[in-house]
Amino acid sequence: MAKSGGSKFSKAQYLKWYESMLLMRKFEEKCGQLYIQQKFGGFCHLYIGQEAVVAGTISACTKDDKHITAYRDHAHPLGLGMHPKFVMAELYGKATGCSKGKGGSMHMFDKELNMMGGHGIVGAQIPMGAGIAFAEKYKGTKNVAFCSFGDGAARQGALHETFNMAMTWKLPVIFIIENNNYAMGTSVQRTTNVTDLSKMGDSYEMPSESVDGMTVEAVHEAIARACDHARKGNGPTLLDIRTYRYKGHSMSDPQKYRTKEEVKNWQNQDPIDKVLDTIIKNKYATEKQIEAIQDRVKALVDESVEFAENSPLPDPSELYKDVYMQEDYPYVTE
Amino acid sequence: MRVIQFREALREAMSEEMRRDKNVYLMGEEVAEYNGAYKVSQGMLDEFGPERVIDTPIAELGFTGIAVGSAMNGLRPIVEFMTWNFAILAADQIINSAAKMLQMSGGQYSVPIVFRGGNGTAGQLAATHSQSFEAFYAHVPGLKVLTPSNPYDAKGLLKAAIRDNDPVVFLESEKMYGDKGEVPEGEYIIPIGQAKVKRTGADVTIVSFGKIIKIVDEAADALAAEGIHVEVIDLRTIRPWDEKTVIESVKKTNRLLIVEESWPVASIASEITFRVQRMAFDYLDAPIRRLMQSDTPFPFSTSLIEAALPNTGDVVRVVKELMYK
Ligand SMILES: Cc1ncc(C[n+]2csc(CCOP(=O)(O)OP(=O)(O)O)c2C)c(N)n1
Ligand SMILES: [Mg+2]
Repeated sequence: MAKSGGSKFSKAQYLKWYESMLLMRKFEEKCGQLYIQQKFGGFCHLYIGQEAVVAGTISACTKDDKHITAYRDHAHPLGLGMHPKFVMAELYGKATGCSKGKGGSMHMFDKELNMMGGHGIVGAQIPMGAGIAFAEKYKGTKNVAFCSFGDGAARQGALHETFNMAMTWKLPVIFIIENNNYAMGTSVQRTTNVTDLSKMGDSYEMPSESVDGMTVEAVHEAIARACDHARKGNGPTLLDIRTYRYKGHSMSDPQKYRTKEEVKNWQNQDPIDKVLDTIIKNKYATEKQIEAIQDRVKALVDESVEFAENSPLPDPSELYKDVYMQEDYPYVTE
Repeated sequence: MRVIQFREALREAMSEEMRRDKNVYLMGEEVAEYNGAYKVSQGMLDEFGPERVIDTPIAELGFTGIAVGSAMNGLRPIVEFMTWNFAILAADQIINSAAKMLQMSGGQYSVPIVFRGGNGTAGQLAATHSQSFEAFYAHVPGLKVLTPSNPYDAKGLLKAAIRDNDPVVFLESEKMYGDKGEVPEGEYIIPIGQAKVKRTGADVTIVSFGKIIKIVDEAADALAAEGIHVEVIDLRTIRPWDEKTVIESVKKTNRLLIVEESWPVASIASEITFRVQRMAFDYLDAPIRRLMQSDTPFPFSTSLIEAALPNTGDVVRVVKELMYK
């Protein structure tokens, strides 16, 4: 497994990782509380524990690269720099949300940030991710597409069709398995004979590796290698990024399929703690400066809640908007 | 009489049929160790073991095809889809394989299988997780389509579906699993193809099915208080639907409203409307009306959901319009 020490990256990078991951964590802890208070409805899949996967991906990409992921998608837009208030407003179904309150928790989009969605159908983004890369290649850019999906999604048949075409056509796509070892209550071990998911690309000779997803440096380096490979025109890479979700699948999951100890063991390798340790050990920031980061994050989260609470719901006329590009589409209304 | 939940009624139907016939098995995502995403199959792994209550990977096309193949070879699978939205990935096996096998094999290979799971809207789940599939599957010759609206019907119809020798699409609702209703202790079967006249009345016939029939019931009460008496028909079976019961009712009331939780274009309401005007044109005193959900992907926001679905007040209003009141 690719691991890495602490010294290859700059102080600024560490501080950025810390602030970015802390924002994801605190934002989602707030989401969990608000959900329990029934401030918003629908699903709410938290990324808590997995932050290093997004943070390490985004630190290694360029701003024109494209991103597509599953429904566990609150951290991705935050990592890309979206103000958290737009994510929160989307959770609330408010008109000011990043998808105008039309997508909700599972469907965060932002064209400016190249955030091409959260997607609620498990595995749907696997071929779409390759398609996004197809368009980059077609247009002759050097951009890559990051296509993230879970260990559960890896069992969809479309993965194999997509891997085959992506390799045949050398598409600049990086397949990221956000491997938290569970699909709802089903472990990887219970659904396959080959538990090493990095082998899933083998029959297509797709380059692949397993990555320590609790260590942001390791994620960054693996992504950087894959990007380099793709930008040179050599095609896709499969990264099996081993991570863990601390919370239940969604908000109503009794989690009988795993032990408290197992959760604890993973929490002991918390990616944010690790980055903070490095910062402290190397004196990248004073205690005061660290507190300032924490305060900034808290202020952003508070601002987001306030923004979402005070934003209007979509006007009912919005029901018949954004369904077709054709503005005068003749809907059947009776 | 005993009162149980919808999910328990479904579980009893499956368990009774599995005790009766060892070729019946249950397969789907999270059905075994997790006891079902919506706890329909709670305890079934304990009773029947992992050979008959089978957890699958998230691979709808694959496991549905496996179930269809096993049905061609003598088994009687029940396939649970976590919701019907995910069965879109399996539609090839349902529509191209299960529905056509008997005909294409010249009557040699039947596919006795039940596909079941949550259907329709269920709150703020957004567009992909909020679709109704009656019209999609009713379109397909070779399939039977059932939509129960209460625990009693759910149990009797599911048992009929499991015993049926043809592929059956069985549409439930995440929002109904907790609904309670009277279900007798003993065994009973509700034949496929029979609607239920839930309420008799002479003024207007209302045909509906599935969970949206609840707004029809509420409206019927409100209208009765005003002296307007509607006849409510719960279709229960969507294909083949009980044309006789509906036509008889329309011949009596001369007015028809269809309330359906789905999109208007090419809907079950469209089909019923065609048959009724064809068979009872001279009996109609007003154009047939329907109340449907909006002709849009189902929205996420509460304000838009409210605008997208018909409500009790809409039913009351349209009934009065049908009566020119
Ligand atoms: C096609 C499809 N099947 C089933 C579901 C229901 N479902 C939602 S999330 C999920 C588990 C996915 O697990 P994984 O891919 O590992 O992602 P994670 O939740 O761990 O991030 C399932 C079965 C769905 N949304 N789409
Ligand atoms: Mg997973």
